[in-house]
Amino acid sequence: MARLELKDIRKSFGGTDVLRGIDLDVEDGEFMSLVGASGCGKSTLLRIISGLENADSGQILLDGRPVGDDPPSGRNVAMVFQDYALYPHMSVAQNMAMPLVMARLPIYARLPGGRLFTPHLRGSRADIALQVEKVAGQLRIDHLLSRRPAQLSGGQRQRVALGRALVRNPSLFLMDEPLSNLDAKLRVEVRKEIVELHRKSDLTFVYVTHDQTEAMTMSDRVALLRHGRLLQVAMPGSLYFDPATIDVARFIGSPEINLFPARRKDGTLSFAGVRLSLSGGPMGDSDLMVAIRPEALVVKGAAGVASSPLEGPQFSIGVTREAIEDLGAEIVIHGRIARMPDIALRIRAQKSLHHAGPVAVPAQFDVRASLSSLLFFGADGQRINGVTAGVAQKALAR
Amino acid sequence: MSAPASLLMRRQRRLAYWLVAPAVLLILVIYVVPMILVFAASLTDYTLVSDYWEFVGLDNYRRMFGDPQFANALHNTLIYALVFLPGAFFTPLFLAIAIQSRRRFRSFFEVIYFMPVTSTLTAMALVWSALMDSRQGIINNSLQALGLPAINFLGSPDTVLYALAGISLWSVIGFNMVLFLAGLTAIPQNLYYAAAVDGADHPVDRFFRVTWPMLAPTSVFVAVTSSITAFKLFDVVAMLTQGKPAHASEVFLYLTFLEGFEYFNMGYSAALSVFFLGIIFLFALVQTLLADRAGRY
Ligand SMILES: Nc1ncnc2c1ncn2[C@@H]1O[C@H](COP(=O)(O)OP(=O)(O)OP(=O)(O)O)[C@@H](O)[C@H]1O
Ligand SMILES: [Mg+2]
Repeated sequence: MARLELKDIRKSFGGTDVLRGIDLDVEDGEFMSLVGASGCGKSTLLRIISGLENADSGQILLDGRPVGDDPPSGRNVAMVFQDYALYPHMSVAQNMAMPLVMARLPIYARLPGGRLFTPHLRGSRADIALQVEKVAGQLRIDHLLSRRPAQLSGGQRQRVALGRALVRNPSLFLMDEPLSNLDAKLRVEVRKEIVELHRKSDLTFVYVTHDQTEAMTMSDRVALLRHGRLLQVAMPGSLYFDPATIDVARFIGSPEINLFPARRKDGTLSFAGVRLSLSGGPMGDSDLMVAIRPEALVVKGAAGVASSPLEGPQFSIGVTREAIEDLGAEIVIHGRIARMPDIALRIRAQKSLHHAGPVAVPAQFDVRASLSSLLFFGADGQRINGVTAGVAQKALAR
Repeated sequence: MSAPASLLMRRQRRLAYWLVAPAVLLILVIYVVPMILVFAASLTDYTLVSDYWEFVGLDNYRRMFGDPQFANALHNTLIYALVFLPGAFFTPLFLAIAIQSRRRFRSFFEVIYFMPVTSTLTAMALVWSALMDSRQGIINNSLQALGLPAINFLGSPDTVLYALAGISLWSVIGFNMVLFLAGLTAIPQNLYYAAAVDGADHPVDRFFRVTWPMLAPTSVFVAVTSSITAFKLFDVVAMLTQGKPAHASEVFLYLTFLEGFEYFNMGYSAALSVFFLGIIFLFALVQTLLADRAGRY
């Protein structure tokens, strides 16, 4: 149980800046996910928090205490590695007992054969074994305790790695892509278990992943890392519906958000052949980006595609169909804007429950969307708040 | 099964025998037949100087176990091995660990320590004997300059085995070090990270919790090959001391050589060879069993 604070953490490897000033507060008992593309420095940050690597500058505070100069063993931090990093020469029980053995037995008792001449420590050893059995029971791996890691399946190894991290009471629980080596089904299962674990244990979790679904479904808050900086730290919902920058909007959500270059002139906004009136926000003529999520677009005139009702004022765009991905319950339609063929469009729609035959989307069709589902970004990529779009007089007349 | 199919199968089987025949023949000619011949010769009193020989049963073996020269050679070999083996194992292990953690100069040290391996030991042995010479050798000159008494390294029965062990060590340390380096490189860095997080970030703990157990297969290999090297000691003895002084450097293989090619007792020499073969076989067995266990994570 601890509160973690990172203040301006920087790290470079041989001239490349990997982390360029990370500021992050993780509350006591919070589940914080660290998301970012491969190579953006997630593992490096985790290694710095655990003390396996030293930051070039910056501060790490655990419960307000600076721990930047402490060795890993002095921070009481548990870590689960992507490849599990189980000791192949030890049994499952020995693997899980390792942190306790290191913490509770003196060095001479840990040497090879130390058991023989330390009979007075039998009690401590029994305590450790008991603790290991208890945790193994919770993780349902108590029948595997005498096996070697090589004799386990991927999912079982994963549990052993979790167990090894859980046996002692760590103040901080770090996980580096712990699910990436599991198959899709097992991943969903273990995901639930980790969330359950977090709920029961009240521990502070820092969870690294490049899978946004994992981050969105498991976390209290998500920190989005890109090019060595944190783009946004927010609850999963607000990261999706309320992205602070265009980069966040593009990274979160699949298929990717639709983006249109737009021009604001005399209070009128024109993009993709649509003209809207714009009020609020910074005044004056400017170039912007307009964004809309693929599921906010509603298809008209396609067989087998459910069209959810739209609320408030709306606009519509003519689309040329390109490709259709049938995902079972939903479909993703890729198309291009009819009047501006260099702008791609992604639409995500539910399948109709009352339609038996195959989905049929005409080569040319219209999509509609509510004006309220539009997001606006400035030319610098920052979100523009306080803007409301209305139906332009001209559009109404049409 | 139809007739043509079984015909095809028989043809393929015959082809298979033809294909393995060269390998089988080579193994027979190079390993199996010589071993059988040596064993057969050990049951005779065959000498190189006479055509006449007769079957003597286990007489050569009986003689062997009563022969003071045999006991002496075995004793010398054991002393030599006891000096040589720890040095040939722990020095390279220590060097490998010290070098591996270095960023700079790593390859420089690798090359320096590996250099002796690439040189011809028989030639370098002569250099060593010059260095160790009791009167003009650099080592003794240095000792005397420090006010210490001169040591007749290769000429005194008390020191000759140690001097020989030193020369062999010099030649083998680089090789074993490279083996250990390879073993160390194969240990995943994440294991050390995991150990550090688990509280094992002290070098002693790192060594005993991760390095040593993960190196087990390499260690078994180095220990067994070094033991065999120790028992196979011959070339340096033949070059430098020829078993002298007073049989103090007469090691096992050298005695075998003496009996066979100096005294022409081929039968007896063959019996010694069979004994030697037995010892090597034991080492190989130990390695196979241990490596099996150590390798089975
Ligand atoms: N020890 C090191 N020496 C040099 N460069 C390193 C070192 N460790 C990491 N890097 C570099 O730092 C960058 C970030 O690496 P890091 O492992 O933190 O990425 P990541 O976000 O965890 O990626 P992934 O999702 O693939 O695991 C990479 O470009 C990597 O090449
Ligand atoms: Mg990583």
